[in-house]
Amino acid sequence: MSLWEYANPKRFMGLSGRVLPVVTILAATSLFVGLIWGFFFTPDDYKQGATVKIIYLHVPAALMAINAWMMMLVASLIWLVRRHHVSALAAKAAGPVGLTFTVIALVTGAIWGQPMWGTWWAWDPRLTSFLILTLFYFGYLAMWQAVENPDTAADLTSVLCLVGSVFALLSRYAVNFWNQGLHQGASLSMDKEEHVADVFYLPLLLCIFGFVLLFLALVLLRTRTEIRARRLSVLMAQERVRNA
Amino acid sequence: MPDLGKYADTVLAAYCLSILCLLALVGLSLWQGRKMKQALARAEVAARVGSEA
Repeated sequence: MSLWEYANPKRFMGLSGRVLPVVTILAATSLFVGLIWGFFFTPDDYKQGATVKIIYLHVPAALMAINAWMMMLVASLIWLVRRHHVSALAAKAAGPVGLTFTVIALVTGAIWGQPMWGTWWAWDPRLTSFLILTLFYFGYLAMWQAVENPDTAADLTSVLCLVGSVFALLSRYAVNFWNQGLHQGASLSMDKEEHVADVFYLPLLLCIFGFVLLFLALVLLRTRTEIRARRLSVLMAQERVRNA
Repeated sequence: MPDLGKYADTVLAAYCLSILCLLALVGLSLWQGRKMKQALARAEVAARVGSEA
């Protein structure tokens, strides 16, 4: 069986209907356990004090904000190349989810930055590219709303997604090649010197896993809604023709 | 409740705002999904009746 068969809306609805409850339960469980573990059962950091607990929200949200855009990029490319409607609708469905994760990352980052850096905001390369990514998210959602023809909207938003992916990549790798920024390096790294301490690592990993699953569950749910909305607009168009 | 010391407001604000955002997103997605499912069911019934008439 080929993956492309799930580009058929009927097959997608069948598969996603079976997968969605499992993913939702797994997402809720991992997020609940990860956040409770991180908040209640991890010690304070010797430098950051209790603010280290914000890592369990900030890092997974930031990671998924960037990965959501990358998922939208892949889905948009599939739409541009193969014209599968489900992929365009999946990209559209991921937009609000990615935007929410981006806002969470920005807000928690600012709240953490105030006591640690002495400022809510700095025009640091990673922060700035992340802010531009947020604006791209707003633009992406606005474009879907503004263009009436759904195929034209899918074309235009796909191109916007392609351009915005530069900032998604920049916000991930900016710290590696612009050293003048305030933002520290990656929390999860192969380098033991940079890597977050072991005591924070497992709950953080669980929270990241929870955010990934939450993203998947919400995208599946919202894609199903978009497919139904498309079917509804077809039925309404048919009714208009019948009544004319 | 763990002792968050002088950073209690900071940590609690971050958690409350994030959880609020997540709950709002989940709630909105569920509400939109349910509303669309009902609207489609009504339209499909109307379309069936229309084609039979």
